[in-house]
Amino acid sequence: MDVKTWTYIIVGITFAIYIGIAFWSRASSTKDFYVAGGGVSPLANGMATAADWMSAASFISMAGLISFMGYDGTVYLMGWTGGYVLLALLLAPYLRKFGKFTVPDFIGDRYYSNSARTVAVVCALLVSFTYVAGQMRGVGVVFSRFLEVDINTGVIIGMVIVLIYAVMGGMKGITYTQVAQYCVLIFAFMVPAIYISIIMTGVPIPQIGMGSTLTDGSGVYLLDKLDGLSRELGFAEYTQGSKSMQDVFAITFALMVGTAGLPHVIVRFFTVKRVKDARMSAGLALGFIAILYTTAPAISVFARTNLIETVSNRDYATVPKWFTNWEKTGLLAFTDKNNDGKIQYVANKETNELTIDNDIMVLANPEIANLPNWVIALVAAGGLAAALSTAAGLLLVISSSVSHDLLKKIVMPTISEKGELIAARLSAAVAVCIAGYFGINPPGFVAAVVALAFGLAAASFFPAIILGIFYKRMNKEGAVAGMVVGTVLMIYYMVKYKMGWLDATPPPANEWWFGISPEGFGSVAMLANFAVSLTISAFTPAPPEDVQQIVEDIRLPMGAGEATNH
Amino acid sequence: MKNNEDTQAHRYWKENLTYLAILLAIWFLASYGAGILFADFLNNFQLGGFKLGFWFAHQGAIYVFVILIFVYIRLMNRLDKKYGYDE
Repeated sequence: MDVKTWTYIIVGITFAIYIGIAFWSRASSTKDFYVAGGGVSPLANGMATAADWMSAASFISMAGLISFMGYDGTVYLMGWTGGYVLLALLLAPYLRKFGKFTVPDFIGDRYYSNSARTVAVVCALLVSFTYVAGQMRGVGVVFSRFLEVDINTGVIIGMVIVLIYAVMGGMKGITYTQVAQYCVLIFAFMVPAIYISIIMTGVPIPQIGMGSTLTDGSGVYLLDKLDGLSRELGFAEYTQGSKSMQDVFAITFALMVGTAGLPHVIVRFFTVKRVKDARMSAGLALGFIAILYTTAPAISVFARTNLIETVSNRDYATVPKWFTNWEKTGLLAFTDKNNDGKIQYVANKETNELTIDNDIMVLANPEIANLPNWVIALVAAGGLAAALSTAAGLLLVISSSVSHDLLKKIVMPTISEKGELIAARLSAAVAVCIAGYFGINPPGFVAAVVALAFGLAAASFFPAIILGIFYKRMNKEGAVAGMVVGTVLMIYYMVKYKMGWLDATPPPANEWWFGISPEGFGSVAMLANFAVSLTISAFTPAPPEDVQQIVEDIRLPMGAGEATNH
Repeated sequence: MKNNEDTQAHRYWKENLTYLAILLAIWFLASYGAGILFADFLNNFQLGGFKLGFWFAHQGAIYVFVILIFVYIRLMNRLDKKYGYDE
């Protein structure tokens, strides 16, 4: 069977499973809708969190990005995993004990103020919308490449699927579909990786394969070979990287702290029964994530080596079929600058003749390595699972921010449970449409916007939550001032140095503050938030007695009860 | 009774904070230490086909993260039992 038939079959089966699960786990109360009734097992929650977390970017783009960044790719590898240690140790158990539905709930109650709650809602919406647009785009890209439909049609199909299970099932439906999606995506990611690892190094475990010798009998280590190839073509050595140390440090830190502050990840820990289940699911979640995150750098090494060996100095007339396939999508482009009919793939931009989009490295990897058609189809299903699961989690945060935090807690406190549930479904539906709109008309600054999402999460939520738990004296004046300063500073830096809206062009790297790129600036904005919060709170009155009692209370794990709507 | 409860809770919290400090120190050393700050130095050593600093940055730190969380879970479950906060 050809790839297209396989893709229709595999994608069709997985979609049927997702919708079936959605029917089986319909939400009947706001508690079902926001936190899946609070009775999810740690294992299921761990898988759901992993699928929630690993987006189209993790599945499709990350390995490719790393294969072009080499050592510097560690900012994503460590940055997007290390945050779970912070989550497990510093946030999840206490927020679970606190026992509400959303992150703005915590901020609003802990800082006894609706202005704090409103600031938190605005941050949650900003972070989630920027993130979700990228996911819908990812769905479109996968559809267009593998099923040869228009990108926009792909986005719309994705919207309909998410709409069905997010609107009907809320968090409950999302949780159980995410469990299924985790299984699909990890299987789809691992199969080609294992295949290629065996072909290139004879070792079936990619994590070990990337550090093994090649099967060509030369006895050369794969990584040494890649370092050598990179040197020859004028690239930085793969194991060295080219970013400055302080920038790698800052970006890694911003991504870690941002991860720990992302509302769609935090809410997942509200869905389990007890505090110890929250700890356990954080551990399991990172375990499930680590399977993909330790495999991705291996794929990067395999793919990069394969690519260089396949295309470098090759006659264009003899390129393999996948090359021309991907040329059609525009993600791969060859211009014969010196008219010698050969592909010159080198670091020097003047003479380089090949441009490659990051995403190809995962999507085309099975074709490059000549794997069977069903594996290629599986990768398509995996990419869709990754994009859909993350999109659904984000949509839930958006809908609960609107129906719960904004409507129920601020605008219309008298709304009935039934009314709130309808509002939640409606806002989920509206959010899907907005996300789809951005998927079809992506803002030109998507990359900047995702970095912004992490920077904002780091600069706004993280300090407010940490101080709320670990510093009893922290008051609303300090927290609100800190969040506002952190957020504004982050947006200013992004607008000035990434988008360049304040000058004719973005200022050059040597004007960056402390040599830190906009991607890493979340670290600085976060420190500013901490400093402002602590200073202001020192000069303003301590929080009321009952709030201090809440803090005492969340520090003890017993009697978490169920997430409630007091 | 209230007072007793209080000191009990405070002792629990203090032990918890000690665990956090130790675990986060390891977290920092494995990722920012071995993976970034001392990566160049560690690259003088080999682990199979890996340069050691590169290995920490692309593999090792992630394994350490997973182990750290499970150690934390064990420590805290024991602590909960010791102070009678287990459920």
